[in-house]
Amino acid sequence: MSVKTIAGVVVNVTEDGYMENMTQWNKEIAKEIASEVGIELTDKHFEVINYLREKTIAKEALTIRSVGKSGIVDIKQLYALFPKGPLKFSSKIAGIPKPSSCI
Amino acid sequence: MKNLVILGAGTSGTMMANHLRPKLYLNEWKITIVDQYKTHYYQPGFLFLPFDIYNEKQVKKVGKKFIPKDVKYIQKKIEKILPEENKVELEGETLNYDVLIIATGCKIAPEETEGLVGPLWKKDIFDFYTYEGSLALRDKLRDWKGGKLLVHITEMPIKCPVAPLEFAFLADSYFKEKGMRDKVEITYVTPLSGAFTKPTCSTALAYLLKEKNITLESDFAIEHVDNDTKEIVDYEGRRIPFDLLVTIPTNMGDEVMAKSGLGDDLNFVPTDHHTLQSKAHENIFVIGDATNVPASKAGSVAHFAAETLTDNIVLYINGYPLKKEFDGHANCFIETGNNKALLIDFNYVTEPVHGKFPFAKIGPLSLLKESLFNHWGKLAFRWIYWNMLLKGIAIPFVSRHMSFKGKIFDIKPEKNN
Repeated sequence: MSVKTIAGVVVNVTEDGYMENMTQWNKEIAKEIASEVGIELTDKHFEVINYLREKTIAKEALTIRSVGKSGIVDIKQLYALFPKGPLKFSSKIAGIPKPSSCI
Repeated sequence: MKNLVILGAGTSGTMMANHLRPKLYLNEWKITIVDQYKTHYYQPGFLFLPFDIYNEKQVKKVGKKFIPKDVKYIQKKIEKILPEENKVELEGETLNYDVLIIATGCKIAPEETEGLVGPLWKKDIFDFYTYEGSLALRDKLRDWKGGKLLVHITEMPIKCPVAPLEFAFLADSYFKEKGMRDKVEITYVTPLSGAFTKPTCSTALAYLLKEKNITLESDFAIEHVDNDTKEIVDYEGRRIPFDLLVTIPTNMGDEVMAKSGLGDDLNFVPTDHHTLQSKAHENIFVIGDATNVPASKAGSVAHFAAETLTDNIVLYINGYPLKKEFDGHANCFIETGNNKALLIDFNYVTEPVHGKFPFAKIGPLSLLKESLFNHWGKLAFRWIYWNMLLKGIAIPFVSRHMSFKGKIFDIKPEKNN
């Protein structure tokens, strides 16, 4: 675990830069993480991000399929918003844990 | 007389029947278990069938043999659960229940991906998550002349999340032994960010892919299979060619859950992570691959969960509060080829750790480290499965909760020969 200052806030992050405590998150942090991966956030991005955060708080597993069925975006649109690894980057920007397997 | 009904006589359902029968008075509780199939498969064996390590006989037995004699076994298809009426509709029969245990597991749904079940299905595209798929793949591999082999995961969650990686490792050994490794390119394709997604594992195990000359394609979410060009295509148009595609299709819970309004979008039943009670109905409990809990869909998890669920069913029927104790404990062997294996031990919140298992500092099994002994452990597990695990006999020294004794949390890259 390490500490990083993002948008003026000191937050705990994993070694690959995912926030460890989603309550430390705010919109400014999201914008700064997004710019690090080359994404400029729009309202549509935030709709997806808010959906991911809600599902994470409800302890529901996130899959590309479930985002595609959320009614917010379909899977192609999700890719367009977060190119080259949509769930990976959207999770990072949303301040939630990295999607992972058991090893 | 009250009724406890178990749906599914796979690993979880069979274990629950064996655990519960001695705990519930025969003159008070009738236990019924329902499964449409006659055969009980040793599913971990499906990994070994394609490589001629196991034969058909070693992975299947008659399911009824493992059900206690005072439990009624009904071999029928389940049509629908009516949770508001406490009833289950079977083919031509309706059962009433006071307590219901859903243990209907999960299965592959290849039709969810366009082009998977097309002209190449079972010709150049195979699964090994079914008995039939695994055998068909064995026959294919026996005569295969080589080319591009893709080992591919469609999307998470899947049953036994390490099996695809084990398949890739075993394929490397198999083709080496056949003297044709130079004719086969092995590529591991995953929708996740890597083959190892937990920092402890990627640190300790990253050497494995390199050592076995397996190429990694990460962040690949398949959209369709192009049967004409023999390529898999993702949502951004990225294409990966194959001569032989070994895929793990989308895994889904039973369609009965969808028909009964009990499942999520993959037909998994929303379940309390720590009590295993269904979220929607207090007299419905869920175990094994059928749940939506964020534990691995694996036999070891079901084994540990069965101990908690047995206690909770007894507490529930006597009107006591449930134990909130299930921690998602999993303990899995991972075949790495060349007669070696790893062992991993983890739960909902703790990543796989280093150390010895089951005895601190003694072992004899090593965690997160390749060894011959772990491989023998994996092969011995088949005997344990048929003779102890299904019958609900506790495995000595292995606790339902993850133990932290003698385990090492400071992870360094490591290689063992």
